[in-house]
Amino acid sequence: MKMTAAGALIECLKEQGVEVVFGYPGGNILPVYDALCQSSDIKHILVRHEQGAVHAADGYARVTGRVGVCIATSGPGATNLVTGIATAYMDSIPLVVITGQVPTTMVGTDAFQEVDITGITIPITKHNYLVRDAAKLPLIIKRAFHIASTGRPGPVLIDLPKNVLQQEITYTQPTDLKLLGYKPTYRGHKSQVTTACNLIKHARRPVIYSGGGVIASNGSEVLTELAERISAPVVSTLMGLGGIPGCHPLSLGMLGLHGARYANMAVMECDVLVALGVRFDDRVAVDFSSFAPKAKIIHVDIDPAEIGKNVKIDVPIVGDVRMVMETMLGQLAAQKEEQWLAHIEELKKKYPLKYEQGTGLKPQSIIETIRELTSGEAIIVTDVGQHQMWAAQYYKAKKPRTFVSSGGLGTMGYGLPAAVGAKVGVPDRPVILITGDGSFQMNMQEFGTAVEQGLPIKVIIMNNHSLGMVRQLQEFYCDRRYMATIFTKNPDFVKFADVYDALGLRVTEAEELRDTLERALNSDGPVIIDCVIDQEENVYPMVLAGRPLSQSIDG
Amino acid sequence: MRHILAVLVENNPGVLTRVAGLFSRRGYNIDSLTVGRTENSNISRMTIVVSGDDLVLEQVTKQLHKLIDVIKINDITSEQYVDRELVLIKVGADPTVRGEIMQIVDIFRARIVDIGRKTLIIECTGDEDKISAVIESLIPFGIKELVRTGKVAMLRGQKFTSINDNKEDDN
Repeated sequence: MKMTAAGALIECLKEQGVEVVFGYPGGNILPVYDALCQSSDIKHILVRHEQGAVHAADGYARVTGRVGVCIATSGPGATNLVTGIATAYMDSIPLVVITGQVPTTMVGTDAFQEVDITGITIPITKHNYLVRDAAKLPLIIKRAFHIASTGRPGPVLIDLPKNVLQQEITYTQPTDLKLLGYKPTYRGHKSQVTTACNLIKHARRPVIYSGGGVIASNGSEVLTELAERISAPVVSTLMGLGGIPGCHPLSLGMLGLHGARYANMAVMECDVLVALGVRFDDRVAVDFSSFAPKAKIIHVDIDPAEIGKNVKIDVPIVGDVRMVMETMLGQLAAQKEEQWLAHIEELKKKYPLKYEQGTGLKPQSIIETIRELTSGEAIIVTDVGQHQMWAAQYYKAKKPRTFVSSGGLGTMGYGLPAAVGAKVGVPDRPVILITGDGSFQMNMQEFGTAVEQGLPIKVIIMNNHSLGMVRQLQEFYCDRRYMATIFTKNPDFVKFADVYDALGLRVTEAEELRDTLERALNSDGPVIIDCVIDQEENVYPMVLAGRPLSQSIDG
Repeated sequence: MRHILAVLVENNPGVLTRVAGLFSRRGYNIDSLTVGRTENSNISRMTIVVSGDDLVLEQVTKQLHKLIDVIKINDITSEQYVDRELVLIKVGADPTVRGEIMQIVDIFRARIVDIGRKTLIIECTGDEDKISAVIESLIPFGIKELVRTGKVAMLRGQKFTSINDNKEDDN
């Protein structure tokens, strides 16, 4: 079939099952928009800033498990995507990012709105392409989706010069990907798995350390079964929350810098640590040399480069986390470690997650109330900062793909556009954004997208008139010299909602909290709830720099 | 310790940038890198000499493997291999010393590839030690210009670095 390359691009997207794209038009991407206009199968969500498009595609991908797609024009359109691409890369989120480019005849001449976006994004994409030959476009699109969604997922960028998009080609779907250098390993090495199982069988104090790989491999149910089978409490990374239900008796919630004390202690005391789809990040291990000092460590990950990168591993297994867990289950009989589990219960009682009750509106209680009112069935999207940690600690996500947060890159401003994408992806579930006044103001223009699209997102702003997490760092490490962390002028967020004809509510007292949240959750449209909290509120527990995990401090 | 990596890559534009960028980005030290096409025009071969301990080498190899364009990596350091470098040296050569220089050239089985009024260009191939020795012995005559390639290397005998698995050839 003869058509323009831009038309072929749309056909390829349909072939990949793409139903929605997030984007922002411009000069060099014009042919794609013209082709989109003539297709009714793909819905285009117009954002307010390209960063919004890429975060929305990312949020969509996280909640659906499918590849998120976003489109931007050349030059500034493309560079505005960079933070979002890096966010997705750090958290292994499958994206296909499509950018316009100046015509091939002008590439390299510093033309208007020209930027070398493939050069810029090499370090933050799984792979990228500059398409010079229109005939190769169908093959490249197919490869891009394959690369983005298989192995360790990640973003793939395709740069499309305008004249290439306008060329007429004969469209056929390629059958062979011809990727010589890309063959992810899914099945774990047999004897390694057996070695791991033997270690587990002899473990008296096993702990499972679970991460984003469990979510990405759709391995949550298998994880829960494995934990129950071997009597192992599960500590989770930020990316792994929801891997095991947060209220499951074996779930110890998040570990690490702001992890629960009992979670960190379990890691420090365990004799076998089963690390599943994690990367021993510095926010988790804090101090690599003292991490899990008494344990033999089994590490399962689909990316061999993550194994042994930060911490020495006793049993490395390269493979898909779910598949490896399934193989393990075939070799493991039920074991009861009652003494160990009793000890864990003791730790939970002795060192609980706690905050001061009855002293005004507490951010932790806001999260707990949301958990209660939604029975943990909502999709929680967060921004980055103190509110993110409170959400991670107190929401106790029930299911995978219901806790959406920028983990690796820690991108403030991620939340609102990601919530837009999440709501587009899962329209039948409530989507609640938990954000701060700092993060929200980084991408608050996307509230316009939410309102325009009729997406009933509930935005909860934990408003402490400051960049709370940085302020907390200054409190601990800079002797309370609060440099550039206090906002003396914030907009009125209730009025902000109002100018978009959306509902704006404010909570200042603990007593108003429940009713206001109920009202927001029951309303049909997008709502902003401005929750005014204490500026001095800190995130606890906290492991101070250079200390081992076991020495976290409470407030 | 220095390692020699034989790396097969897809001959795509930008592949050198991807590989070189990876090294600088992750703080690995490249001693030398050479690249050229193989008998298959779609595939190029790089010889990368990199220094670092085993842990660094493991990461280098794993990270290189993550590049989609990288097809195969072979650390040949501990195997039997042949390696060569090529050097061109322009050396000051008055008629009075030409004989002496030509003797040195003979000893190293090098070649004179250009004669100017006051200079000679000498071409020499060999392993790193030999190249260094040639340079050393020509220094007294005054080296005006010098260019040397990085290492290229190949496994000896029946072992291969090819896109097919490394199998002993039974023929």
